[in-house]
Amino acid sequence: MRRLLLLALLMLGSGPTWAEQPAECQVAENLIESNFRLPQVTRALKAKHLTVLVVGAGSSQLPGSNGTASGNAYPARLQHALAQQLPGVDVKLTTDIKARRTAAEMVKGLPAALSAAKPQLLVWQTGTVDAMLSVDPDQFSQALDKGINIAHSAGADVVLINAQYSPRTESMIALGTYAEDMRWVALQHEVPLFDRFSIMKLWGELGTFDLYSATKKLDIAEHVHDCIGRLLADLVIAAAKPEEPPVNGSR
Amino acid sequence: MAPVSTERDLRLDLFRGLALWLIFLDHIPSNAVSWITIRNYGFSDATEIFVFISGYTAAFVYGRAMRQHGFVVASARVLKRAWQIYVAHVFLLAIYLAEIAYVANSFDNPLFTEEMGVLDFLKNPDVTILQALLLKFKPVNMDILPLYILLLAWFPPMLWLLLRAPSIALLSSATLYALMWLFEWNIPAYPSGVWVFNPFAWQLLFVFGAWCALGGAQNLSRWLHSKVVVGLAIAYLVFAFAIAMTWYFPRLAAFVPKFVGEAIYPIDKTNLDVLRIMHFLALAVITVVFVPRDWPALKSWIFWPAIVCGQHSLETFCLGVFLSFAGHFVFTEVSNRVFTQIIVSFLGIAIMVAVAALISWYRQAERQGGGPRPPAARPGYAGGDA
Repeated sequence: MRRLLLLALLMLGSGPTWAEQPAECQVAENLIESNFRLPQVTRALKAKHLTVLVVGAGSSQLPGSNGTASGNAYPARLQHALAQQLPGVDVKLTTDIKARRTAAEMVKGLPAALSAAKPQLLVWQTGTVDAMLSVDPDQFSQALDKGINIAHSAGADVVLINAQYSPRTESMIALGTYAEDMRWVALQHEVPLFDRFSIMKLWGELGTFDLYSATKKLDIAEHVHDCIGRLLADLVIAAAKPEEPPVNGSR
Repeated sequence: MAPVSTERDLRLDLFRGLALWLIFLDHIPSNAVSWITIRNYGFSDATEIFVFISGYTAAFVYGRAMRQHGFVVASARVLKRAWQIYVAHVFLLAIYLAEIAYVANSFDNPLFTEEMGVLDFLKNPDVTILQALLLKFKPVNMDILPLYILLLAWFPPMLWLLLRAPSIALLSSATLYALMWLFEWNIPAYPSGVWVFNPFAWQLLFVFGAWCALGGAQNLSRWLHSKVVVGLAIAYLVFAFAIAMTWYFPRLAAFVPKFVGEAIYPIDKTNLDVLRIMHFLALAVITVVFVPRDWPALKSWIFWPAIVCGQHSLETFCLGVFLSFAGHFVFTEVSNRVFTQIIVSFLGIAIMVAVAALISWYRQAERQGGGPRPPAARPGYAGGDA
């Protein structure tokens, strides 16, 4: 039923959608729409210089074929998509990504990373490791609060990214509470949330990507990251330039 | 039928059985059928029903034992029950370890490198298994039984108080709940965090169930049937339903005034949010008003499957947890199409009913056969478990 519902939403939402998006990346628009704006990014786009800092844990990187981190993970794809869609804007992207970090651990490194990169946008992926270690949800929310406040006072807008949908480990990691907390904190701070979990879940249900696959190859993973990078770019641009297309057709 | 079983309120068995089915459906990850379960339409879910009814039946069974045989005998029986549940929990843990050890060896998708880190504890089983035996390490969805064990272990003195001064007992339970919120009490878990079901919070529903069983429900019945109470309950359920809809249709969230959102969120399951208690109470009021105790349909075959599951709740619960692992395994290894999900869900419930019926038949045969161990037919156990 839920799947039917999502399918229906997908059809409803498939009005004027973003032209250059590969068909497989498309998701129901309500999954990537945000009611909140990114004023610092808007200003940066007018000044033609946008600096983005991506802070994340293991699911923000991909192992490359040569053992090092791959350039095909979503942060690099985000930069690519932004540069493509924002001709004339100089898009810089730096990352602070290390596997197995909880939100609180990432917050510790945040002031240094922010003052080094001086970004107008912080993209913050978190939640998975906290759920794996079943960190006290209150402490998780407090870490999110703190991180968002630090970024705002450093002059950066924030976009939160929640955990991946990982069907094989679903019976082992209880993401529910942490996803809910992220949604709530995002609402309170009026910060856009990129709902990676629901998007990937929809891809799994539609059969876009086989997320159950036990493959060791990188192709599916790189595809997923590419789509995440593109959708993330759409969300950022829509939230930074609400008056210009691409806009939501149904409003 | 043992004479006592006619005293038993079949509605309890019915709703506990239904709660066990819902818990099973909710515990299979990504199950389309869990769309029908009550947690999607309001604040509370099957856990509240299960804990309340468990408290009710525990007081019903052990309260009589305490009146007839005294504090020591009744306490011993309660603790024996807690021990049985502990053993059941450890049994489920063994099955869980088998499942994840399999996943750890067979799955290596680079997309989920981070998530696979959850299996790292297999590298130091000495610590993990010890922490699990201490009830500090609890895998996902295996939090109810440890809560139940703790509630039972602490139940004898509470039952003693409930039999002597029910109002004081209920008040002290509510005080504990309030103190928990004030001082943020909970029990630490392993590797970090706290118990998912905070025993200091959830004891309130358990004690409230026990209080109802020992005469409280009769005192309340005058209020329960008043039009005002029923109206308030319906209004609250409608409100909760409207809020729940905004979780699925984010655009509707714009209609929720900001102050309402700030007042209600986050709805805390760990500490049994007041909104959840109220939602459960509203559901209970509606149920008691519209499903009378002597409703003839309770004896008909339609409700028998749920009732028989509710009468053997521990066995059915454990089986349900096992079946939800198995169901997830089918989704992973065979197919996760919606059709499979529906088949797996219904097959799971059918197995739960079949096993509960088998246990029922066996208990009855044991009782009537007058086998080598007649004490098993002790009236306190007749017609179901605590």
